[in-house]
Amino acid sequence: MEFGLTQEQQMVVDTVRDFVEKELYPHEAIVESKGHVPPEITRDIRQKVLDMGFYAANIPEEFGGGGLDHVTMTLLERELGRASQALSVIFGRPSNILCGCKGEQVEKYLKPAIRGEKIDCIALTEPDAGSDVRSMKASAIKDGDDWIINGTKHFITHADEADFAIVFIATGEEQTPRGPKKRITCFLIDRDTAGFEIRDGYQCVSHRGYNNSILNFDNCRVSSAQILGEEGTGFDEANTWLGATRLTVAALAVGRAQRCFDMAVEWAAERKQFGQAIGKFQGVSFKLADMATEIQAAEYLTLGAAWKLDQGLPADQDIAMAKLYATEMLGRVTDETLQIFGGMGLMTELPIERFWRDARVERIWDGTSEIQRHIISRGLLRPLGA
Amino acid sequence: MKVLVPIKRVIDANVQVRVKSDQTGVELTNVKMAMNPFCEIAVEQAVRLKEAGIASEVIVVSAGPAQAQETLRTGLAMGADRGIHIQSDEDLQPLAIAKLLKAVVANEDPGLVILGKQAIDGDNNQTGQMLSALLGWSQGAFISAMEKDGDLLKITREVDGGLQKVSVKLPSVLTVDLRLNEPRYASLPNIMKAKKKPIDATSPADLGVEVAPRVKTLKVTEPPARAAGVIVGSVAELVDKLKNEAKVI
Ligand SMILES: Cc1cc2nc3c(=O)[nH]c(=O)nc-3n(C[C@H](O)[C@H](O)[C@H](O)COP(=O)(O)OP(=O)(O)OC[C@H]3O[C@@H](n4cnc5c(N)ncnc54)[C@H](O)[C@@H]3O)c2cc1C
Ligand SMILES: Cc1cc2nc3c(=O)[nH]c(=O)nc-3n(C[C@H](O)[C@H](O)[C@H](O)COP(=O)(O)OP(=O)(O)OC[C@H]3O[C@@H](n4cnc5c(N)ncnc54)[C@H](O)[C@@H]3O)c2cc1C
Repeated sequence: MEFGLTQEQQMVVDTVRDFVEKELYPHEAIVESKGHVPPEITRDIRQKVLDMGFYAANIPEEFGGGGLDHVTMTLLERELGRASQALSVIFGRPSNILCGCKGEQVEKYLKPAIRGEKIDCIALTEPDAGSDVRSMKASAIKDGDDWIINGTKHFITHADEADFAIVFIATGEEQTPRGPKKRITCFLIDRDTAGFEIRDGYQCVSHRGYNNSILNFDNCRVSSAQILGEEGTGFDEANTWLGATRLTVAALAVGRAQRCFDMAVEWAAERKQFGQAIGKFQGVSFKLADMATEIQAAEYLTLGAAWKLDQGLPADQDIAMAKLYATEMLGRVTDETLQIFGGMGLMTELPIERFWRDARVERIWDGTSEIQRHIISRGLLRPLGA
Repeated sequence: MKVLVPIKRVIDANVQVRVKSDQTGVELTNVKMAMNPFCEIAVEQAVRLKEAGIASEVIVVSAGPAQAQETLRTGLAMGADRGIHIQSDEDLQPLAIAKLLKAVVANEDPGLVILGKQAIDGDNNQTGQMLSALLGWSQGAFISAMEKDGDLLKITREVDGGLQKVSVKLPSVLTVDLRLNEPRYASLPNIMKAKKKPIDATSPADLGVEVAPRVKTLKVTEPPARAAGVIVGSVAELVDKLKNEAKVI
């Protein structure tokens, strides 16, 4: 067993950490207060990341990306996770599912995404289909070589800035061993397509620096050439390419928790009450001990799952465990850090309240904690026929 | 022209340094280490010289324990071509390092040595100047700009009270100041290439240099906490205090 990092991995970690601290942290307060990243800051960060050759580090080399393996990518995501999501997202990692592009799609979507020229968003969730995404109502009917799409997606991150959307749509039903199920097809839809409207979404208390949107399809006509993969293979594409997305949430949670925790330790050592550092009270120091232990546990779970992916081993349960534990851990660490800061922890003058608010969404998106538990327990019970 | 860039591994500039409880030095366990920031500027300058076609090869060299190799790899990831590791667990002091570098210069025959003006651990600001004296080469310390002009280098030095422009003859030893350039981040392709670039291992014994320390550290302590300041009411009061209390004017 080898727990150390290679020199390359260490350099990736050091470089990204350095970048995050120097190029992202300084903009966090302004992004939070404005509710968006000023365009000139976006351009500047994106260009720097392109110059460093780190843009699309997640995409395999054969497609023109950085080709990092899962462990190294997880370390990179951990470091990026320290910063506000609104800023770290500019350190572009186009959706892996674009690797499924074929023919003209490669030049139209994959390559521009890797070069930072086109931004994507992914649309699965609907008002009536969240965790149970397969129950989606958005549907497409075939008309000659075209498809006519009707329906609504919501909570779609960055759709307002995206050049195109990767949209999952029902295209019929099929019989499966567990009853009839919808056939799901993945479409690439340009933002200016007639019948496709991107509307303002809701105000989110987590991650204030960017928006979620509502996508409306009203007799939106797209050609078969816009299908990623084949008709009906949407979930296969998603399983092939998007499985690891949940792991990036786990990695983010570890990085964010570590940043928050470091501030908690420093505060506990500096803040004096009753004539001594509050860290000298067991009521505070034991919190720190628990937090450190949980962060490390989450980190090992996360890197362990990434390692399994690199070995080509089944990792669904491991990823679910990492996502579940790391995001729940982040909730506890940010809450306890806020407690250690006392009243100051709640004030927007310090980033602690932001870490605490931001942590909340991580237990919900990319599969709620309950859905992760469902995946883990299904893996335990299904082999026994239960 | 080969360019030699000596680099040092030090405590990361963002880490708050703490004195060890036995006062023999500063705490190094579990502390993040990084390349000395002035050395980063030196590497950046050398890589720019190569990109401009002035340097043919950039060699980074570091003297120190096994972990100095990590710092060399970082230099390689910034674009240096190869590294030399002078393995030693001794407390290497500026004169010893200058002698080691002199021996490396004799082997490599560079046209230019670029160093940081000082390392942020000891803040000695001596190695470059000593190396230039040992080699009998021209020196330009604290440079904030440089331009090649035939056999000469036109440099700008940051000196007390302003900027001094001088020309130095090659070969030369330069030490760089903060404003010379903004070092690049290591690029992902260069990080991946760094492993394939060679690092030659050598030692003080191989180089025939005696490195035993000549200066002994008796005790390391925290600087005294600064006393609270006072706000003066007027310029006249300030001048009076500087004259009669602080006795500095
Ligand atoms: C800020 C934000 C950004 C988002 N961005 C995107 C995006 O870009 N693209 C996208 O497609 N989606 C996005 N989402 C949607 C996200 O993936 C969903 O919110 C998530 O899948 C949960 O769905 P839901 O909100 O409809 O909750 P529901 O599915 O309605 O769940 C409600 C509650 O019921 C529980 N529950 C549901 N089913 C079960 C079960 N079988 N067993 C036990 N408990 C269950 C859930 O755990 C949860 O506690 C985003 C969400 C947010 C908040
Ligand atoms: C919105 C808001 C409004 C407020 N309004 C008022 C007001 O109107 N008037 C007013 O006077 N005050 C007000 N306060 C102050 C409030 O009462 C204090 O924030 C509270 O008493 C905690 O003090 P502190 O924030 O300085 O935290 P600290 O006392 O510094 O505590 C920091 C952490 O150390 C822990 N700790 C401290 N001592 C010990 C110990 N001996 N053992 C174990 N753990 C310990 C604490 O539990 C906490 O987790 C307000 C605070 C807020 C946030």
